[in-house]
Amino acid sequence: MKIICNNIDFFYGSNHALKNVNLNIEENKITALIGPSGCGKSTFIRTLNRMYEHLPQTKIEGEILLDNENILTDSYDLAELRKKVGMVFQKPNPFPKSIYENVIYGPKKHGLKNKDALDTLVEKSLRKAALWEEVKDKLNKSALELSGGQQQRLCIARCLAVEPEVLLMDEPTSALDPIATLKIEELFHSLKEYYSLVIVTHSMQQAARISDNTAFFLNGEIIETGRTDDIFTNPIDQRTNDYITGRFS
Amino acid sequence: MESKLIKRRKIKNALFQGALMSIIIFSIIILLLLLYQVFKVGFSHLSLSFITSMPSRFANQAGIASALAGSIWTITLTILFAVPLGVGTAIYLEEYANQKSWFTKIIQVNISNLAGVPSIVYGMLGLAVFVRFLNFQRSILSGALTLALLILPVIIVASQEALKSVPSTLKEGSYALGVSKWQTITGVVIPFSLPGILTGSILAVSRAMGEAAPLIMIGAAGYIGFMPRSPLDSFTVLPIQIFNWTSRPQAEFQNIAAAGIIVLLVLLLSMNAFAIILRNKYQNRMD
Repeated sequence: MKIICNNIDFFYGSNHALKNVNLNIEENKITALIGPSGCGKSTFIRTLNRMYEHLPQTKIEGEILLDNENILTDSYDLAELRKKVGMVFQKPNPFPKSIYENVIYGPKKHGLKNKDALDTLVEKSLRKAALWEEVKDKLNKSALELSGGQQQRLCIARCLAVEPEVLLMDEPTSALDPIATLKIEELFHSLKEYYSLVIVTHSMQQAARISDNTAFFLNGEIIETGRTDDIFTNPIDQRTNDYITGRFS
Repeated sequence: MESKLIKRRKIKNALFQGALMSIIIFSIIILLLLLYQVFKVGFSHLSLSFITSMPSRFANQAGIASALAGSIWTITLTILFAVPLGVGTAIYLEEYANQKSWFTKIIQVNISNLAGVPSIVYGMLGLAVFVRFLNFQRSILSGALTLALLILPVIIVASQEALKSVPSTLKEGSYALGVSKWQTITGVVIPFSLPGILTGSILAVSRAMGEAAPLIMIGAAGYIGFMPRSPLDSFTVLPIQIFNWTSRPQAEFQNIAAAGIIVLLVLLLSMNAFAIILRNKYQNRMD
């Protein structure tokens, strides 16, 4: 297991957003988090890299073990954690800089200065994100000139450049058209070889298509987790069944 | 019925547009008239010797060298004091301060209020604090510090607005890479907001350059017969020199006052142009 979450409780002020969540993230697998809006899946994914720390009045209890080390302790360095656990957001958020600058932003801030090393890293990251062929001739062009799908793959490349082990994706395709979505879904399959992926998605079809494991969230609790095939063909809990058959969303 | 309503709306629309247009044309015409008058009177008095000579009691020998040097000295020091302090304060208030605490709120309200305080009041403060208490005398340093205080609130408020316009998604993108808060500020927040910060600073510094009242208050001289050599020298600035000339009875001095105004305008415009070029350079890099 790459990540083991034990008894996670999470609060926004007095709002109890996650209730006793237990979930394991398998290495080199894709774990999909599904559930209706406001069920806590986005909140949960933000605990894995402690992104909630940038919001006011949050509180977390329990433990999250990454390679058997609890990341929720103060002594666990935030920069180290986020180097290991990268994140891609719902809306593509490339920096208003060149494509090249976007990819090297992280490594450069972490102290990598060697020009050759940076060049290699840019090519490697863009190749892994399946973007290299499209942008190799215009690396110095602004990232904002790219299409939405390309921007999202650039954000993935930017994430890969700091050489993470886990990738968190918060509805990474919800702002994209079907063709761009397909490209990114294909990308997930190749990324699985190197990384452990956690993907929040609104689309059950997407979860069924791409993931190995699925966790179904409802009202801040995990109702059911297991292999995606089992969850979608043979759900144990009635509520899971209702959700995946579209009785509520 | 319907078409009548639409017609009326269209007429209203056209009327409003026309009214706004005529307001703009009116203000531009007034401005052009003023400039025309100044250039008509002053242009013939502009010469290299006017710029390189000291003021004199004979109008045909009088020049603007010491006032021009005084203005450049003062404004340079003002920029050095006010811009880093103002931008730094804005960054603290937007990025670090707890927005909900009463302390931050009090600071915020006071900064907004200070932006509206008349400049002469800053002159009195400068006289009491810099000239007397800190004993900087009636020097360029006292003048620059006073002007810096005067424009500080404007720079802070403008910079805060620019910093607020940075999308939180960009900051999150940076944090998610394990980049620290300070690195995010220097790497994403400041580059993104720099055009706005520069625009605010340009406007504020231009205002400082045209101020006479607070500097008269702290005792900047009306006549300086030497070039200032250090920040502790006594000084005069272009607006004061111009004011001094216009208050004399001889018509000749009125004319060289106009020439002085042209020099001040050129200085202002070239400084603004420089800042705009700088801003565009960054803006291009952004988009």
